[in-house]
Amino acid sequence: MSTTFPPQTLNSAARARTTKRPDRRSVLNKALVVTLLAIATAVILLPIAIIAFTAFKPATEVNAFPPTLIPAQWTLDNFARIFQELPFLRLIANSFIFAGGVTLFALLFDSLAAYALARIDFTGKRFLLIAIIASLMIPFQATLVPVYQLASDLGWVNTFAALIVPRAADAFGIFFLRQFFLSLPRDLDNAARIDGASEWRVYWNIILPNAMPAILTLGVFVFVNNWNDLLWPLIFTTDKDMGTLTSGLTLLTGPGGIVPYGVMMAGALVAILPLMAVFMFVQRRFIESVATTGLK
Amino acid sequence: MSTTINKKNLQSPRYRAPAAIGGRRNPAIGQRRKNFQALGFLVPALLILGAFTAWPMISALRLSFTDASGFGKEEWVGFENYARIFTDPVILNAVANTALYALLFTPTAVALALVLALLLNDPRLPFRGFFRTALFLPFIISLAVAAIAWTYLIDPQVGLLNYWLSSAGIRLGNVLQDPILAMPAVAFVAVWKSFGFYMVIFLAGLQEIPGSLYEAARVDGAGAWTRFRHVTMPMLSNTTAFVLIFALIAALQAFDQIYVMTGGGPYGHTETVVMQIYSAGFRKLDVGFASALSYVLLAATLLLSVIQFVFFGKREREGE
Repeated sequence: MSTTFPPQTLNSAARARTTKRPDRRSVLNKALVVTLLAIATAVILLPIAIIAFTAFKPATEVNAFPPTLIPAQWTLDNFARIFQELPFLRLIANSFIFAGGVTLFALLFDSLAAYALARIDFTGKRFLLIAIIASLMIPFQATLVPVYQLASDLGWVNTFAALIVPRAADAFGIFFLRQFFLSLPRDLDNAARIDGASEWRVYWNIILPNAMPAILTLGVFVFVNNWNDLLWPLIFTTDKDMGTLTSGLTLLTGPGGIVPYGVMMAGALVAILPLMAVFMFVQRRFIESVATTGLK
Repeated sequence: MSTTINKKNLQSPRYRAPAAIGGRRNPAIGQRRKNFQALGFLVPALLILGAFTAWPMISALRLSFTDASGFGKEEWVGFENYARIFTDPVILNAVANTALYALLFTPTAVALALVLALLLNDPRLPFRGFFRTALFLPFIISLAVAAIAWTYLIDPQVGLLNYWLSSAGIRLGNVLQDPILAMPAVAFVAVWKSFGFYMVIFLAGLQEIPGSLYEAARVDGAGAWTRFRHVTMPMLSNTTAFVLIFALIAALQAFDQIYVMTGGGPYGHTETVVMQIYSAGFRKLDVGFASALSYVLLAATLLLSVIQFVFFGKREREGE
């Protein structure tokens, strides 16, 4: 490991020396680092590979010994079977409605609140901001019991309302967007205000379009988190038809489970494909903003 | 911290403005209009956060002092629920397990993230973008799905990883039924899912270290290890502290993959605090007790957050 540190210096050193002679040590270092990373990446991607390959394996191969990674014979049987084991189309639709619904509402309500916190000087602003930062620290598991009781009193159990409404706004999103709105130059909206634009117009026509990168990032974050959440749908839906892909798949697991791995992997593959698609679409920007949010 | 914000605000020209134009327009009316406008923007979020975060917090606190079951009458029981947390062997076991889980998960995930971030921190490294994306990929996969994949990989009969390892002479046996190995296994799945996230935060932290520091160290004849020890590590301590506490808070909430892989078994060896909240609140309908347990989890999380806040506050003030 010590040979790789610190890369910046190796670079500058290499740059300084290139005029004299090619730096063989730096090339060797790089080859070593790439090899190490390639091995790490292969190990890390193994579970994803096992999902993708096992989903297409016939049952005999899935349970064969010695086990293999790549199917000798490819089949779609597991995908046919997952529809028999679970109300699979319903689960897919539920996942989209739940994660998509939360994302849409949260983006709207969070950005509205963030706008007020970033651009309007109202009484009690500092108090509200502190309250929001404080509630960032509350794990959702801590309020689960009373939230369930409230939803149950409202008759919301086994409805999308229970899944979506409690998450239609969240402290993290408000804080994240407020920070981004603050980084947009005030001249931008002041010019519009001088021209007589209302706060609503400034929000909708100026701030939102300019904040699209942040909105998109937050959207992916919220969508992925909710799509993947297990405890939340587990609690608010007791009806098999109201579960999500994530909670539905866990019905197949457990000790003494009779559902073969191949079927589970077919389900798992369907559950991760939309996320992969979304992620590939915004990957670079998403990773970069995860990094900066983590720091600030 | 609040006093510094206050001072800054008072010094900013914005806060003097009302006095300056006070003669022309009544500032109280302007302020009322602003409050009214802000309210319009804030109402939906305030309603939701009020009903589903603030109110449940108060409600859970009240419930934690009762024997509520979700049905019928509830009696005030004082600190009985809290006393039970610190005496009930099942709960104490879950608390100890959560601590063990945190001890297994946090250092492993953070160290792995740091090592990979250091390896990746060369802008001219071939395939850098590919590695970064591939290593981050597990972060977008749910713990439940990850648990299913890993369960198959380490299956004692047909698990590929089990087979490969036993070919190499390492016999794991039935990991998830093993009282000693079950907890490391479920912690490892969380490491697999989360390290990419921490790695990306480390990468951002590394990028903020000025190259001139390394240059200077090199001129002074510092070797690779010395540069790491005396430049990278101190410059990265802020990020490391942040990631450590963040990971620790995540560890306190362990649930998903455990629910899928072991259900708390074997013999309660992977029961955690959140597993207990779930079973008390939603299986045994011991709502009062589940609320008390929630508050203990909340207290632990807040304590960690406050440590983080104080630590960062101090760092920032030193930096100014």
